[in-house]
Amino acid sequence: MLILTCPCCGVTGEETEFHQGGEAHLKRFGPGASDDEFHTYMFAKENPKGVHFERWRHNNGCGKWFHAARDTVTLEVYGTYPAQTLEPPKEIRDAITAKRPGWTWREFA
Amino acid sequence: MSTRLAKTGRLVDHNRAIAFTFNGKRLKGHPGDTLASALLANDQMLVGRSFKYHRPRGIVASGAEEPNALVGLGEGTRFEPNQRVTTTELFDGLTCISQNHWPSLDFDIGAVNTAFARFLPAGFYYKTFIHPRPFWKHVYEPFIRQSAGLGKASNPGDPDRYEHFYYFCDVLVVGGGVAGLQAAVTAAEAGSKVMLIEQTAHWGGRAPVDGGEVDGQPVADWVDATIAKLQGMPNVTLRNRCMGAGVYDHGYALGYERVADHTPGSDAPRHRLWRIRAGQIVTATGAIERPLSFAGNDIPGVMLASAVRDYAVDFGVSIGDRTVVVTNNDDAYRTAITLKQLGLEIPVILDARQSGGGALADEARALGIRVENGKGIAKVKGGKRVEGVAICAQAGEGAVLEEIKCDAVAMSGGWSPVVHLWSHCGGKLIWDEAHAHFRPDPANPPKGANGEGFVIPAGAANGAGDLASVVRDAHEAGQAAAKAMGHKPKGKAPEASTSEEAPMQPVWLMPQGAGIKLRMKSWLDYQNDVKVSDVQLAAREGYESVEHAKRYTTLGMATDQGKLSNINGLAILSDALSQPIPQTGTTTFRPPYTPISLSSIAGEAKGEIFQPIRKTPMHGWHEANGADFEPVGQWRRPYCFPKGEEGRHEAVNREIKQTRASLALLDASTLGKIIVKGPDAGRFMDMLYTNMMSTLKPGRCRYGLMCNENGFLMDDGVVARLDEDTFLVHTTTGGADVIHGHMEDWLQCEWWDWKVYTANVTEQYAQIGVAGPNSRKVIEKLTGDDISADALTFMGWTEITVAGIPARVFRISFAGELSFELSVPASHGRALWDALLEAGEEYGVTPYGTEGMHVMRAEKGFIMIGDETDGTVIPQDLNMDWAISKKKEDYLGKRAQEREHMADPNRWKLVGLETLEGEVLPDGAYATAPGTNANGQRNTQGRVTSTYHSPTLGRGIAMGLVHHGPDRMGEVLEFPKVDGGIVKAKIVDPIFYDKDGEKQNV
Amino acid sequence: MSEAVTPLNGARFEGLATIEDAGLTGMITLRGDLASKEVKDAVQKAVGLDIPAQRQAVSGQGSAVLWMSPDELLLICAYDSVSQTIATLEEALKGQHFLAVNVSDARTYLHLSGAGARETLAKLCPVDLSEAAFTPGMFRRTRMAQVPAAFWLDEAGTFHLICFRSVADYAFNLLKTAALPGGEVEIYG
Repeated sequence: MLILTCPCCGVTGEETEFHQGGEAHLKRFGPGASDDEFHTYMFAKENPKGVHFERWRHNNGCGKWFHAARDTVTLEVYGTYPAQTLEPPKEIRDAITAKRPGWTWREFA
Repeated sequence: MSTRLAKTGRLVDHNRAIAFTFNGKRLKGHPGDTLASALLANDQMLVGRSFKYHRPRGIVASGAEEPNALVGLGEGTRFEPNQRVTTTELFDGLTCISQNHWPSLDFDIGAVNTAFARFLPAGFYYKTFIHPRPFWKHVYEPFIRQSAGLGKASNPGDPDRYEHFYYFCDVLVVGGGVAGLQAAVTAAEAGSKVMLIEQTAHWGGRAPVDGGEVDGQPVADWVDATIAKLQGMPNVTLRNRCMGAGVYDHGYALGYERVADHTPGSDAPRHRLWRIRAGQIVTATGAIERPLSFAGNDIPGVMLASAVRDYAVDFGVSIGDRTVVVTNNDDAYRTAITLKQLGLEIPVILDARQSGGGALADEARALGIRVENGKGIAKVKGGKRVEGVAICAQAGEGAVLEEIKCDAVAMSGGWSPVVHLWSHCGGKLIWDEAHAHFRPDPANPPKGANGEGFVIPAGAANGAGDLASVVRDAHEAGQAAAKAMGHKPKGKAPEASTSEEAPMQPVWLMPQGAGIKLRMKSWLDYQNDVKVSDVQLAAREGYESVEHAKRYTTLGMATDQGKLSNINGLAILSDALSQPIPQTGTTTFRPPYTPISLSSIAGEAKGEIFQPIRKTPMHGWHEANGADFEPVGQWRRPYCFPKGEEGRHEAVNREIKQTRASLALLDASTLGKIIVKGPDAGRFMDMLYTNMMSTLKPGRCRYGLMCNENGFLMDDGVVARLDEDTFLVHTTTGGADVIHGHMEDWLQCEWWDWKVYTANVTEQYAQIGVAGPNSRKVIEKLTGDDISADALTFMGWTEITVAGIPARVFRISFAGELSFELSVPASHGRALWDALLEAGEEYGVTPYGTEGMHVMRAEKGFIMIGDETDGTVIPQDLNMDWAISKKKEDYLGKRAQEREHMADPNRWKLVGLETLEGEVLPDGAYATAPGTNANGQRNTQGRVTSTYHSPTLGRGIAMGLVHHGPDRMGEVLEFPKVDGGIVKAKIVDPIFYDKDGEKQNV
Repeated sequence: MSEAVTPLNGARFEGLATIEDAGLTGMITLRGDLASKEVKDAVQKAVGLDIPAQRQAVSGQGSAVLWMSPDELLLICAYDSVSQTIATLEEALKGQHFLAVNVSDARTYLHLSGAGARETLAKLCPVDLSEAAFTPGMFRRTRMAQVPAAFWLDEAGTFHLICFRSVADYAFNLLKTAALPGGEVEIYG
C-alpha cells in the first residue's frame, strides 16, 4: 500500500486516503476537434513500464486533486505537485532525471 | 515413548497442572506448554493424518514451520480448523480434535490411499478428471470436494472481538531472538522509534536452548537483561505473541497479535492486526532446519533435531528413550549431547559427511556416543511410530548395513534463513553455496517510496552462523536502520561466543542413489504429501519452471507454504533438470508468513458496524413504522411501508393509489444537494449540463441532464437557482458524492481560473416529497405563506416557514400529481415529517417508498438513472433532445455525442411497452428479431429497461430501448422469458398517465 | 419551532475513552482566498479568531476555525448564531468571490476524551496518534474505518471529531467498539 504526500494540505498518508484518477496532463479536446484528436484525448492513454504521471485526489482528506510522478515498476514516488499546471514542474523532472536518466513520457523528458 | 522429564523445562511450571482434551481424551499439561509439548508429554505421537494418503503423522517441528500437526481447536462457534499445535499455547480447558481421518485417528479408511500411492502421483487429478466431460458435475466434482481441503470450516457467528491498530515507527524489528533484540537496542540507542515484535510468547528465540555467552553473561541472562533495558526505553515498543505477517509497499507491515488466544473468556479482543508503517524494517526472523529426505522420514517420532532439543530443554519432554541422530552438519550434535546429558540413549549419530563433524563431534564421542561418518538412513521402520532404523552408506543405493532399534529419529539437513518477509515486497535472494541455502541479496532489497531499500535482514535470517556473528550482524542491521532514519548510531556490538564448526554438506536424498521404492517413501512436503518421486515426475513431464512444478505437485502449497520443503524440493527439481539450484530459483514468497485469522483482517467490521449504514433524519420513524428497507448505495431507503399482513406488492399498490387519490409523503432526504456559487457559476453549470442552465431565473427550477466527457448519461435532477451567483444542484441518491467529485475535478484540474466554489450540502437538509391532489392543502395548514398556484407556479421554488421551521419549497413533480418538495434543516426533519403526518390525517396521508416512486415515475414516462441508463446510453437514445441545448458551443459530452456511432440512427431508442395480456414484462428481457448472429444466438432488437405493474392502469407497463422504436408505434415485439414462454408487448408512447400534465398543473 | 435534534440525541459511552455527542453546534463552510486580508478580517469579525495555519485548528470560547483545505475553513460557533455569523461574513466579504454555507445539520459532532482516546482513534484511523506526532491544535481530515472523518485535539486532551450526519450511528458504534474495556493497547496515555 503506497504512501503519498498531498501537496495541497501537506499530509503524508496511506493509499486509502487517496483515489487514483488516471493519466495526468491531458489536453481536453471538445467540439471542433477532429475525431482523431478526440479519440486520442479520450481513449489513448499511456501505460508505461516505468515513469508515469498520474492524477490523484485526496478524497479522505482535503478533497483536492494533485499530480504524482511515480514509477509503475519500482513504485518509487518522484514527487507530487498541484494539479493547476499543464506540464510537470522542472524540479519534478529533475528529480526523475537524477534517478532515471534518459526517461521520457509523452512529450516530456 | 515420549514422556515428561522430571527436571528440565525452562518454560513450564512443573508445579501446576492444567487439563485439556484431544479427540475427547482428557490429558494434562503445565502452564507454559504449547499444545505440541503437552501432547508429546502424554505420549501422543500420532496427531493427524496426511492430506492425500492419510498416512499417520506426528509432530515434526517445534515452531511455526510445523507442517503436520494441525488440529481443529475449540468448539461450536469458536471452532477453528488447521491450528498448529506448536504455536498454540496450552490453556486450561483447551479442546482440540485431529484432522483428515475417518472414522478415527488410529483406524482410518482413507489410509487405503497409501496402498494406491503408485496410482496417485503428482498431477493425478489433472490427468484423471478431464474426460469424459459429462462426468465433471456429478462424479468428479463431488469426489474432489469430498477429499479437498484441510480441516473443516468453522460454524458461522464468531463471537469474539477483533481490531486493527495503526502504528508508526522508524524501525520495525521482526523477531525477538538474539538478533532482533540486538538490532532493536542498537537502533533505539541511536534515537530511533523502535517496535520489536515476536511471534511466540517468549523472548530470545532458540539461543537459550543452544547456550553460549553474550557480553560476558549466559545468553539467557543477556536476553532477560536486554528485554529489561528495552522496556525502560521510552522510544521502544515490545510485543510478543505478535507475528510479522507481511511486508508490503512503502514500509507497510502487518503484525498479527494473538492477544487473547491463550486467555479465552477474557474481555480482550482475540486478535489485533497491527497496521504498521515503518521507515525501516529489520527482519530478524531466524532460520528453519531442513528435514532429510530418506524413506519413512514421515513416521511419527522422526523429528527435526532442533525440535527434539527444544522439547527437552524448553518443555522437559523427551521424544524417545533411544534417539538416532542423522545429520549433514554439526548443529545436530548439540541435540545428541543435550539428550545424552539428560540421561537418554543415543544409539548412534549418523553423519552423512564422509569427513564427519568438528569440535561438537569430538564432544559427542567424548560422552561415549557412537558416531558413524558417511552413513545415513536407508529406511525408518515402524508404522504409527518409529521402531528402528536401517543404516546404509550415504554414497550407496541403500543396502542395509545394520538395523538399530530406536523410538525417535532426530534429523538435520542444514538450516535455511527465514527470508519470507525480506522477499514479500521484492527483496532478491542469492544462493549461498557453503551453507546450501538462499539468503537475502544485500544489493537487491525491497525498495520504498524514495527508491531506497527499506528492509534489512539480521542474524540467522541473513545467513549468520554462530552467536558472535549473529550479534555482530544484528548490530550492523540496527545501525543501518537507524542511519537510514537520520539517526546517529553509536556503540559497538557486544562480544559473544564463537563456535568452530565443520562445513555442512548438502544432502538432498538419502542415500544418494536411493531407488524408486525408497524415493516413493521419501517425503519432501509432509503437509501436501509430496515425495521426491513426485518432483522428479513433474520434471520428467516438462514442468521445469519451479512455479509450474509447485502447482503440479502441490509442493509448498497450503498453510505450510514450503517452510520445510522448499529448498529440498528445489534441489530435487534442479537435480532432475541437471541445473544448478540458483538457476531453478524459488517460488514467490507471499504474505502472510503463517496463516492469520480472517476475522483479524475484518477487524471491527462485523455486526452493526460491518459497513456504514447511512440514515436519514426520518430513519427512526421508518423503522418504528414497519418500513421494508432496500439498500441504495449505503443508504437504507424504505421500499414500501407494509401494513398488517400486507405483502410488498399490495403495500406498493396501496401507496400509489393513495398518492394519486389524495396525499402521500416521500422521504427524499437522500437526494444529493450541491451548492454551486460564484461569478462563473452559470458558465460552469452550462458545461456540466446538456441543457442551458445559465438562463435559469432565481426562484425557478429546471430539470437537467449530466453527461460524462464520453457522452454517456451519468446523472439527472432538478436545479434551482438560489440567486444570481448561486445554484442548488439536486443529484440522484447515489450521485451526490460522485457528482460533487466530478465538479471539483473539472474546477480544480481544467478550469482552475474560473471563479466557482461548490459545497456538498446533501446532509444539511431533510427533504420531504408531499404528493397528491391534497398536497397543497396539507402544507397550507402548516404555513401562513402563500403557496397558491399563482404564487408558486410549477417548477418554481420559494422560502416559507412550515410548522414553524424555515424551509425551501420546490414545486416539482416526479409522481405526476400536484406535488411539492420541502427542504428543512436536518435537525428538524423528523419534526416536519411528524407534523405533515398529523396534518395529513384528514386526507388519509400515507408514507410511500422507493418502489411506489419508481412505478409512478414510470407511469409518467420519466427516466431513472441506472434503469434507463447503464453507462452506454446518451440523452438522444432517450428522445431527450429537448434537454440538449443547441445554442451552447460546448458542454461535457458534446464532442463525444458527435462521434459516428453516437449519432447513428440505428441506436436503440426509448419507447413504452404495453403487454398484450396485461402481464408484467420480465426485467431486462430482450426483444428477439429474426435470424441468428455469428455465434448462433437469436438476434435482438430491443430490451426492457424498467417494468412494473401499474395499479393506476391495472396492467403491466414498461419502458425499453428498441431499434427504430419511436418509428414503430403499435408494432408487437416478442420477449422470451427465462422459463421458455414468451411475453408479447406493443410499442407505445412511454407516457402512460396524464400525457398533458393536467394533474400536476393545478 | 420544533426542537432541533442531533442525530445521536445526546448519546454517551464510557469505556477506555469517553465518547459523547457534542450536541447542537453551529458549523459554517467558508470557501475563499484564505491568504486575503478580506477573508482574515471577515473571520475575525464573525467568530473573533484568526485563520489557522495549514492543518491546524484555532479555538476560542465555544468557537473554532478549522483548516479544511487551501481554500476552505470550517467555522464553529453556537448553533443559534449561525445565521448571524453567516450574515456577518457575507457583509464583510461583499464583492469578494466566496462561499459561506450552513452545514451545522450535515454533521455529527463528537467529543472523545480520557486516557484511551488516542488508542481508540488509532484503531480506526490511519494516522500517527502518538503524543509526539499528534499535538494539541492539530486538525486532521482522514478516514475512520469506512467513512471520512475529521478531528482536532484541544489543550485539555479532548478530541473533537466530525463525521457526516447520516453515519452518526456507525461512527458512534465504531468508537464505542474501539473503546470497549479489555481493548487497552497500552501504548499511549
